[in-house]
Amino acid sequence: MLVYILKRMGLALAVAVAVSMVSFMLIRMSGDPAIALAGENASSEEIEHIRTQYGFDRPLIIQYLDWGLKAAGGDLGESPYFHLPVKQILGDRIGVTLTLGACALVFALVISIPMGVLAAIRPNTWWDRTALGIAVVGQAMPSFWFGLILIIIFAVHLRILPVSGSDSWRHYVLPTITLGYYATPAFMRLLRSGMMEVLSSDYIRTARAKGLRWPKVLFKHALRNAVIPVVSLAAVQLGFMLGGSIVVESVFALHGIGYLAWESIGRSDLPVVQAIVLLLSMIYVFLTFLSDILNAVLDPRIRMM
Amino acid sequence: MKKVLEIEGLFVDLDLPAGTLQAVQNVSFSVDQGETLSLVGESGCGKSLTALAVMNLLPQSGRFRAEKMEFMGQNLLGLKESGMAKVRGNRMAMIFQEPMTSLNPCYTIGNQLEEAFLQHRDVPSREARERAVYLLEKVGITAAASRLNQYPHQLSGGLRQRVMIAMGLMCGPALIIADEPTTALDVTIQAQILALLHALQKEFNMGLILITHDLGVVARMADRVAVMYCGQVVETGLAAEIFNNPKHPYTRGLMDCIPVPGKVEPGQKLGSIPGIVPTPIGNLHGCLFRNRCQYFQPKCAAENIALIALGPGRAVRCISEQINS
Ligand SMILES: Nc1ncnc2c1ncn2[C@@H]1O[C@H](COP(=O)(O)OP(=O)(O)OP(=O)(O)O)[C@@H](O)[C@H]1O
Ligand SMILES: [Mg+2]
Repeated sequence: MLVYILKRMGLALAVAVAVSMVSFMLIRMSGDPAIALAGENASSEEIEHIRTQYGFDRPLIIQYLDWGLKAAGGDLGESPYFHLPVKQILGDRIGVTLTLGACALVFALVISIPMGVLAAIRPNTWWDRTALGIAVVGQAMPSFWFGLILIIIFAVHLRILPVSGSDSWRHYVLPTITLGYYATPAFMRLLRSGMMEVLSSDYIRTARAKGLRWPKVLFKHALRNAVIPVVSLAAVQLGFMLGGSIVVESVFALHGIGYLAWESIGRSDLPVVQAIVLLLSMIYVFLTFLSDILNAVLDPRIRMM
Repeated sequence: MKKVLEIEGLFVDLDLPAGTLQAVQNVSFSVDQGETLSLVGESGCGKSLTALAVMNLLPQSGRFRAEKMEFMGQNLLGLKESGMAKVRGNRMAMIFQEPMTSLNPCYTIGNQLEEAFLQHRDVPSREARERAVYLLEKVGITAAASRLNQYPHQLSGGLRQRVMIAMGLMCGPALIIADEPTTALDVTIQAQILALLHALQKEFNMGLILITHDLGVVARMADRVAVMYCGQVVETGLAAEIFNNPKHPYTRGLMDCIPVPGKVEPGQKLGSIPGIVPTPIGNLHGCLFRNRCQYFQPKCAAENIALIALGPGRAVRCISEQINS
């Protein structure tokens, strides 16, 4: 198990370095940072001045190493817009995004696990079809549109929830549903098919032949096996959700890092954008690592390798 | 001898897209204490479904009905699922064909063994653990106590089948149904497992229903035999009678399929029964073996053939004079 963890950790680190490099290069290639910083009306001397001041004239690889080593040490630079350390700005915002992501994940799992299990044990009934319908609609509907519909219904017409902002838990309800619903279909379908496969497996027949009661067969023997792929997917989906929160946070003006990213792009606040991309990709890499570990905890065949 | 299981007039139907498959038709048999009954027949003749019907573990598309289904004097027919669950794994245990997939990969051997005991006995888990160790030793597994913490994927097929047998024995059953317990194992392991089953059955005086398509296994293990064809029992009797004097053309055909050293020349073609097995869907009439039978005569198709008693416990489903003379 320890060897497995170390191996996965090494892999995660390698991926993290590669991803940070690629994201750094991509952002640098999307435009001249000196022009962006200097503003539209700057003279060419001013631009040159900024270029040398910020070190944009150095080779890209040196710039990356400089930035990467500092970032690894926790120094993400300073935002030219806020005149504050990027670390501090992100620190103020990341809590909102993580809360939203976690709530959305929990929401998605709480909805999809019972629905997937029910659909699997009652295949081709009205219940199964309803669940399938919900899944198809969820998969087909863009989340900004779904978010707007929720706002119209619950905030504008019923007036039971706020339209936007991030001051109280009530502000999180609609974004959570919007973001979580987006992930629900994938969980549900994976669980349904996994559960159907497991339920027709030989060891379920063995469990029943032992005289175990149905709930025990279902939850101890079937769900435990069917949920393993869902755990991997959940980690990946949480990563997607944190990335996808850019859209949802913008729709609901929730002051998380997604919204910050959107604003910062508009302000050409390069250090912030760069730091957010780095942060999200590091979270993603970490979640993938976590899912590998969880998989090993759940599945002895992996653990023993 | 005390009867452990008595089945009369068992039918199993499966609802398939193509229609209702009459997988088991009017099957009757009984098993005594300490006795081995072998259900033998080609693949697909309904052996497993017969066993699963007795356990009430048929697949979702299946249903069964029977005139009589009595286990240890208890009528199983009226039992609800909860009542049947009290019997399963307790007084009646089943061992399956596929040891590789019959254990849950996520739980230790110990957990899965103990669970069988704890389900039916109100005892502390320490006692279940001791019982598990005792039975693992009984089925010939060394270092039993440390095996309890292993997972199925760490054991070979032969060991897993031993674990399955130990699991079946956890509650001291009166009847074991073994559905092709050695088909998935290689030949040397097969012999060991069969010998083990036989020894345990004698030691605990259990009834054993041994399902197989291997007449070699039947010869080694069975006291009595029921030969099945296309969902029907076509011949029953003591194992010795069936082997020495097979009556039904199908049974004879099966016998001809076994190579006997000395009787066959090297390279000689082995006997096989020509023709294909009919699918029992729709209106069945006449003898189901008639399209493959060398003794076919018009009345074989016209009427339904009943089992004809030839003596105590001996019967054959055939009307040909050549057979019964
Ligand atoms: N779950 C199922 N769905 C559809 N058909 C089935 C199912 N189970 C069994 N059958 C069919 O019912 C018939 C009898 O099956 P059964 O499993 O009892 O045969 P068997 O005698 O045990 O054969 P084998 O030696 O291959 O195990 C076969 O024709 C089989 O195809
Ligand atoms: Mg079978």
